[in-house]
Amino acid sequence: MASRGGAQPLTPWRWLGLPALQAAGMTLLFLAPLRFWGYGLPEPVFALPVVFAWAVIRPSMLAPMGVMVLGLFLDLVWGSPTGLWPVCLLLPYGMVLAGRGMLAGQGRLMMWVWFGAATAVALGAGYIFTMFDTQNAPDPLTVGYQFLATVILYPFADRLIERFEDADVRFR
Amino acid sequence: MSLRDNPLGELKVPLTWTAGIVFIVVLIASVAILLTDRREGFDTDAYGHPRTLSDKVMAPVGEVLSAPGRWTGAGVDSVKGYFFAVSENQRLKAELKDMRQWRDVAIALRDTNERYQTLLGLKTDPPIPMATARIVTDSRGPFANSRLADAGSEKGILPGNPVMSENGLVGRIVGVTEGASRVLLLTDVASRTPVMIDRTNARAILTGDGGPNPQLAYLRGLDPVKNGDRVLTSGDGGVFPRGLPVGVAVKGLDGRWRVVLASDRAPVDYVRILLFQDFTQLVNRAGLDRAPPPPPTPGASTLPPPEAVAPAATGAAKPAAKPGDGSATKPDDKAAATPAKSSTDKAAADKPAASKAATADKKPSEGKAAEKKPAEKTPAAAKATATDKKPADGKTAAKPSASAASTQKPTDAKKPTDAKKPTDAKAHATKPAEPVHG
Repeated sequence: MASRGGAQPLTPWRWLGLPALQAAGMTLLFLAPLRFWGYGLPEPVFALPVVFAWAVIRPSMLAPMGVMVLGLFLDLVWGSPTGLWPVCLLLPYGMVLAGRGMLAGQGRLMMWVWFGAATAVALGAGYIFTMFDTQNAPDPLTVGYQFLATVILYPFADRLIERFEDADVRFR
Repeated sequence: MSLRDNPLGELKVPLTWTAGIVFIVVLIASVAILLTDRREGFDTDAYGHPRTLSDKVMAPVGEVLSAPGRWTGAGVDSVKGYFFAVSENQRLKAELKDMRQWRDVAIALRDTNERYQTLLGLKTDPPIPMATARIVTDSRGPFANSRLADAGSEKGILPGNPVMSENGLVGRIVGVTEGASRVLLLTDVASRTPVMIDRTNARAILTGDGGPNPQLAYLRGLDPVKNGDRVLTSGDGGVFPRGLPVGVAVKGLDGRWRVVLASDRAPVDYVRILLFQDFTQLVNRAGLDRAPPPPPTPGASTLPPPEAVAPAATGAAKPAAKPGDGSATKPDDKAAATPAKSSTDKAAADKPAASKAATADKKPSEGKAAEKKPAEKTPAAAKATATDKKPADGKTAAKPSASAASTQKPTDAKKPTDAKKPTDAKAHATKPAEPVHG
């Protein structure tokens, strides 16, 4: 996807703050108790594309803290145990950060596959933690449904990467 | 010395390393937060002040966000009402005609029920007060299924209160603040609800797994449930009143029995929160603890020390369980005795039978259930009823009676000359577990 206006300077507010707020806003929007033809809205993890893009764009000291704040926000609005989503988001963040060298220069489809792997890590971690916490395994179909609803959000991550990946030449 | 000559001047901390260190620190902090989170208490302190604060903020935000959906739904309903007024009128007339007949039946049954209550001197529970609330947010993920209602502590809502829609049970309150309360849905992976099958009176624990149809765990007995059986709250443990409609049992694709929730028939927008206080909240525990122990029965022999009884009882229990008897070796029985069930059932076992009898007559429908199955009011009798349903278990049915008899005459179990006594002593020793199976 072509970026609009080329690469943007890496102001923390632009590449960390604004995307995080957008993800939080979308999460709130999908919390509305609406049903269409008897089915509720899906519940994608809007924070995951942002987290993935942050790890791809460049290593940063602020980004992990942003990931943690986003995760705590998800815990509060979704009512999950506090700390669940920070851990679930930080694990794929760390995985992508460690594999930045492999991701460099990959095509969009391959990046989408990587995003799918990051989503699987996040939801897999959530599955395991929830299983230990409640002594009960969550329904795999529901986890799969959330996985699909999240994986299709990769274009948002791609747009963020396109805008900012060339901004800091030290990390190209 | 110039800066260039200083060896420290050449030292640059790579940004990647610092970012990695920050990542590890934040990850450790997150894991620590996760491990220290405690939700099991379900009181306001355990729920956490950040959560109550966020719920307080989220309630008005959710109300604004859900408003367009509500308005759209109301608009669609009014348009449908305009175009389908005639057919709706015909349907309502037919329904009214049907309901008139049911009204007559209900009046007659109420009259009969009142007479029975007077004759038997039954102590019925007072009606449960309710608070109405609107659902403003809805989380539907696999790891958390909860909703936020726009009524809180100002309406007297407390953690643990059951929540119902017009169709059936939705869940229970796990967190309350002023103006908002969080409802843990029956489908949440942490939700456990004691239920019973209306047809067979079989007990189970409704266990959520994040999916739309929670499963029935710890089902006991032979064929306790069939497709289409109604599932109601059992009232065991005192968390929920008895007889609230939960849903209909269905066999899942994974071979497990699941429940199609009654509350899923329509969107859950308005809910009723039952301001129900369970028995453990109402009872004066301090007063019970202060009560002196009952005096010893005159003429009763002294109990042998437990060390002396235990081996004899163990040895006697083996021959008592015959092959093909089934009652002692059923895998379901073992499952029912697992500690996972203990949180709810321990509370049920702690209750006196009288409290269960009181809960059994809460509503007209519950009264009907109690009328049909009067034997369930004592745990021993309930067990006998459950085993009576199995024709092959004729021998087994006699066993609870024996244990019940041993309960009534504890002194009989101590006579060393009686050959049957070790079995009775065993039954007596295992007596506290019996209400669990009731």
